[in-house]
Amino acid sequence: MLFLKNKEMLELKNINKKLGKFSLNNININVNNGDYFMLLGASGAGKTLLLEIISGIVKPDSGQILFNDTDICDKKIQLRNFGIVYQNQYLFPHLNVYDNIAYPLRNRKISKSLERTEISIIAEQTEISHLLKREIKNLSGGEAQRVAIARALATKPKILLLDEPLSFLDVQLKKGITDLLKRINQNGQTVIHVTHDYKEAFTLSSQISILEKGAVIQSGKIDDVYKLPKSKFIASFFDIKNYFTGNVINKDNKVYFETSNCKLLVSEKIPNDISCVWISTVDIKLITDNNKSDFEELYHGKLIDIEKTHEGYNLVIDIGIQLIVGLTGNICINDYILGKSYEININKLAIRY
Amino acid sequence: MAYLIAKNNFPLKKVVLGVINIPVIIPHSAAGIALLGVISRDTMVGKMAENIGLSFVNHPAGIIIAMAFVSIPYLLNSAITGFSLVPDKLEKVAMTLGASKTKVFFSVSLPLAVKNVVSGLIMMWGRGLSEFGAVVIIAYHPMITPVMIFERFNSYGLSYTRPVTVLFIIICLLIFILMNVISKKQRDA
Repeated sequence: MLFLKNKEMLELKNINKKLGKFSLNNININVNNGDYFMLLGASGAGKTLLLEIISGIVKPDSGQILFNDTDICDKKIQLRNFGIVYQNQYLFPHLNVYDNIAYPLRNRKISKSLERTEISIIAEQTEISHLLKREIKNLSGGEAQRVAIARALATKPKILLLDEPLSFLDVQLKKGITDLLKRINQNGQTVIHVTHDYKEAFTLSSQISILEKGAVIQSGKIDDVYKLPKSKFIASFFDIKNYFTGNVINKDNKVYFETSNCKLLVSEKIPNDISCVWISTVDIKLITDNNKSDFEELYHGKLIDIEKTHEGYNLVIDIGIQLIVGLTGNICINDYILGKSYEININKLAIRY
Repeated sequence: MAYLIAKNNFPLKKVVLGVINIPVIIPHSAAGIALLGVISRDTMVGKMAENIGLSFVNHPAGIIIAMAFVSIPYLLNSAITGFSLVPDKLEKVAMTLGASKTKVFFSVSLPLAVKNVVSGLIMMWGRGLSEFGAVVIIAYHPMITPVMIFERFNSYGLSYTRPVTVLFIIICLLIFILMNVISKKQRDA
């Protein structure tokens, strides 16, 4: 197969769809050939609906779906050849694994010998050769997900559409399916994957779009979006704790980022039009008496909460804004007392914008 | 028809579901009279049938129509339930795999609803088998078992009626047992 990476393949133009009280509004998305494109969003953001619109299961109210520059909005589902894999697989329960994978091949009316060959190749690729005679009800979650992916691949889909394929799986199975999806994409398969888990996007995606309440709020490479989340929602979606909005001011030959109740000393290089900054929890340091003079700017605040994390603790310190300070390593948490004042330092170069 | 009703939402759907069940709730002799109003020799249907040499009154064809009319709700209700239980997304997924709507019906929807359809057919058959009221209005002859029981009881009394009644009850019980076996398999599946 001729594989032209980065050639634009699918373009969603101003897609609108109203379903009851929910609506998708003016969705614009571009997916390139060979991309692993991820749609991220919280539950109810409209991710699955958008996937179903692409697949042809749901028809948009308005807008265009351009596939290789041709509008396919009115094209039948059967002719689009976009394989879809749902979170709960929707395998045919009355057919065994072999017949499930053979289903799309039989729609193509190929010979039995070719059918056997193709199924054997797909089964090997998805590591389910040993499951082919098994009944669907006897499959585990991970096995069922592999079978669903295999069945979708049997159509030789132009785009593989995945709706939260890793959600129901435990960590071990998730790793296996993630590796499989990575491999499938590396073989040239264009993938659109819907998820609410940003960690999946870090592992798999080449491009992402974030959906909130039926609208795309940011798109790009995952690293770029993570470095520069455009809103507090996106920041919280990526589990970024210290995200603040405000504006840049100059005072006493220093540059500050002023929020509603606090001024943060920032790098002189910060552009004047910046309206949001964020700080990693590990870049905020609690200060002990003996090293105070080492710092350009100190902030004072009360410890108002302590949260246990898998790496240690997060201290919530109120300096006018609530800062989350991450503590890792060997920590004696009893040394930190709720209500007590602490001094903290934030390296101005660690304030990201 | 059951598939279309189960899978589509349309105005007056509840009315249609109600109409389907009318033969169950009205007295069956009234159902027979209503049917007679449609298929007797004086009606358009009756005249058309007569043109091809068929008369529904006192004819097996009339008996079949009467039995079907009063028992078809059992089949339709069961089949509608069966088709409703097939997830729409399963059918849509089949379409993304290249299957036409007809293929989806025969390869996915029907196989998954077949137990309901079969149990509905058995119910329908069982109900049709025991139909008396509608049949006796349309066709007293040729005599079906319930009419025969009625006839024997009226003409010869209880003892003469008993053997055929017992046999008939045994057949009905067998149908009931068969139905339960099918329902159990369905629950276990």
